[in-house]
Amino acid sequence: MSSETHEAVHRHEAPTSFIRKYIFSLDHKVIGIQYIILALTAVVVGVTMSVLMRLNLSWPGTSWSILGTLFPTGAPGGIMNPDFYLSLVTMHGTIMVFFVLTTAPQGGFGNYFLPIQIGAEDMAFPFLNMMSFWVTFVGFIVILAAIFVEGNTTIATSALGVWLGGGSGSTVGPIGGWTGYAPLSAVGVVGGPGQGAGMNLWIVSIAIFCIGSLLGALNFITTLLNMRTRGMTLMRMPLTCWAWFTTAVLALLSFPVLLGGGILLLLDRTVGTSFFIPGGLVFGSSVLNTHTGGSPILWQHLFWFFGHPEVYIAILPGMGATSHILSTFARKPVFGYRAMVFAIFAIGLLGFFVWGHHMFISGMSPYSAMTFSILTLSIGVPSAVKTFNWLGTLWGSRIRFTTPMLFAIGFVSLFVAGGITGLVLGQTSLDLPMHDTYFVPAHFHLVMGVASIFGMFAAIYFWFPKMFGRFMSERLGKFHFWLTFVGVYCIFVPMHTMGMVGMPRRYSQFTEYRFLDSIHPLVIFVSIAAIITALVQLVFYFNLIWSVFKGKKAGDNPWEATTLEWNTSSPPPHDNFAGVLPVVYRGPYEFAVPGAPNDYVMQTEPDASTEGVGGNGHNGHKH
Amino acid sequence: MATTVTSTKTAEKRETRSGGGSKFPGPNGKGPKGNGNGGGRRDPRRGLSPQAYRVTMWVVIAAIVMMFAALSSAYIILSFDGERRRVTMPPMFFLSTGIITLSSFTIETAKRSLQRENESSYRGWTIATLVLGLFFLAAQVLGWRELAAQGVYFASHPHSTFFYFFTGVHGVHLLGGIAGLSYLAIRGRRKGKVGKVMPEETSAGLMSLYWHTMDALWIWLFLLLLILK
Repeated sequence: MSSETHEAVHRHEAPTSFIRKYIFSLDHKVIGIQYIILALTAVVVGVTMSVLMRLNLSWPGTSWSILGTLFPTGAPGGIMNPDFYLSLVTMHGTIMVFFVLTTAPQGGFGNYFLPIQIGAEDMAFPFLNMMSFWVTFVGFIVILAAIFVEGNTTIATSALGVWLGGGSGSTVGPIGGWTGYAPLSAVGVVGGPGQGAGMNLWIVSIAIFCIGSLLGALNFITTLLNMRTRGMTLMRMPLTCWAWFTTAVLALLSFPVLLGGGILLLLDRTVGTSFFIPGGLVFGSSVLNTHTGGSPILWQHLFWFFGHPEVYIAILPGMGATSHILSTFARKPVFGYRAMVFAIFAIGLLGFFVWGHHMFISGMSPYSAMTFSILTLSIGVPSAVKTFNWLGTLWGSRIRFTTPMLFAIGFVSLFVAGGITGLVLGQTSLDLPMHDTYFVPAHFHLVMGVASIFGMFAAIYFWFPKMFGRFMSERLGKFHFWLTFVGVYCIFVPMHTMGMVGMPRRYSQFTEYRFLDSIHPLVIFVSIAAIITALVQLVFYFNLIWSVFKGKKAGDNPWEATTLEWNTSSPPPHDNFAGVLPVVYRGPYEFAVPGAPNDYVMQTEPDASTEGVGGNGHNGHKH
Repeated sequence: MATTVTSTKTAEKRETRSGGGSKFPGPNGKGPKGNGNGGGRRDPRRGLSPQAYRVTMWVVIAAIVMMFAALSSAYIILSFDGERRRVTMPPMFFLSTGIITLSSFTIETAKRSLQRENESSYRGWTIATLVLGLFFLAAQVLGWRELAAQGVYFASHPHSTFFYFFTGVHGVHLLGGIAGLSYLAIRGRRKGKVGKVMPEETSAGLMSLYWHTMDALWIWLFLLLLILK
């Protein structure tokens, strides 16, 4: 024990050179911020693309001269062509799902706060951690390259472009949706525009991303299992840590499948194998004779076996942050801590057995469809457990309506609103007519897109004081919250209606579909709401940058929270706890403990200071 | 508004206090070692116990197994769906299966020699495993030549592709194992360097775990190719 103290005060110093400190840093906090910056950059690209799509949907045929200047072949004369639109769909989905929803919640906040919350000085493998970010970064560069190699005639016809597989120049990137369905994605340039070099680079980018995520997941799991400080038992971990851990397990088990599938797809495209290409496909007037015997449905299985856990990879960290923040600002313990832990695990586990619900229209056996349907609907049980526990946490509390709290409540609202329609789409008979209509984008944008973005917003407003020692502006934050909250509902609720009317997804315009004329005003309404909501995010960016330098100073524990990150200085020193690892004596959410001097008891508070509590300290939250 | 913000300073004090002696109960009543995971004697920079490295290796293996599971299921699905043409299993693949099975025994022997503190025997068996691994890879490449002699090439049809693809992907993973074995074999010659990052028993244990996994994976792939036509 004495040797422990002796060793513990040994501190390793922070690196001093700029490159080791800020660029190729081994510090999990710097890497976390790098991930967040990557996501903040990627989301600008993704949202810009969605605004361009909305412009084309609501005012088709309008000439936007700036588009014509930027993309002379994709938008000749400023009028977007359908290929351009479809590549926007593809790149918006890919960039958002991979480089925003997977990076920031897990790689960003998880990296920054998981080691601190479990009382570790860093991740188990700092070097792998650094690699995981930089590999992901390379993946992002490659996906951006895909836009230009496919979408720029000069590059596509250059020697490099031809070597990479050529391109059409009429798009701004590959076409295939974020799901890249075979056989279109597998046949190469014969498939039409958007199937050249850009598609190859798209696959390569995803494969690189898989490797980066696997390195991250390895680190998260090892760190959490082995680096917890004294007294930090599993059931004393904050729910955020449980969420990041489950997410890491999901990533570990699902990304290898996508990686394997991606390699097969790339082989189909480059060396002429036939994993996903059946014989005798007809393109225009020519028959594809070079391939035989493959199965396009195989790609769907491989993709969705990854793809469904992936949506939980996006949402689970948001759930963790929401639980954490709701409890902190409701000044009450999380209602049903154990149930929350088991619900996270149940959601993660069930997530591996429901991929077929994305494929109901693929011609699968009705018996398989029924199995997938029942399993899918059963995810409603742990989801409801979580929702009711969030409401139970809020019930009867004196809520402190700070900006992070508002976003956390917004998360619950969006998760419920988007999850409800999951019960519709999870049933085969209802999914069949709804599939490939706007009902599906409405559903998943609410439940896994915007909800996890709200989780991130809650997290950034909540942890910003810890990361930078200053508050973000509450006034701007509340403005940002209310406009975004109302805005996203204005965008996505009407989309359900469009879907029920029968508006198909992924169409660049609906001018030829007379039965959709009556809802065109709704389309315009959604576009205006989308543009306003996108612009409101500029307020967030301003708030973020301004507060780093000019925000109100924050103390070590400005929210009066209980977990370990609030035990150290703001921002934390290089080794998190200034050389002395904290010791944990109790569960993470000890708010309003009877007999305690304050309304919160920190995890490092020994039992003596709360005598007369009646064992509440040891047993966590048995209410 | 509460004012007692626990600072790192009080944590430090508490740490010193609890460092008084081993009779002092741990924070969760499980003795001074706490939960047996964190804390304890831990170099802050290399904060991992042998147990932690084992967990890490299992995590790596889980990822690898998931990828091979995906590729295997691709094979199984295509075996029901696709148009098949028979490929005769190259005799070399029977030989390579024998070699890699044998190598599992040699690496296990190496590990056990080390546990009996017989270092020269450990080094010998490690090198034997390394040589068998190289023989295995050579046999795989010869197997490809036998396939080519049948007129079966990588992109001939889905079934033939899998013969090359499985061996290739497995071979790449085995190369990782060979790199690890070479490192152990070379390091073993320089006495002073042994076990700087982790104890030699740990690295030998991790190595054998990885190697057995590679062995099991190959046998699985081999049987898949042999039986499911």
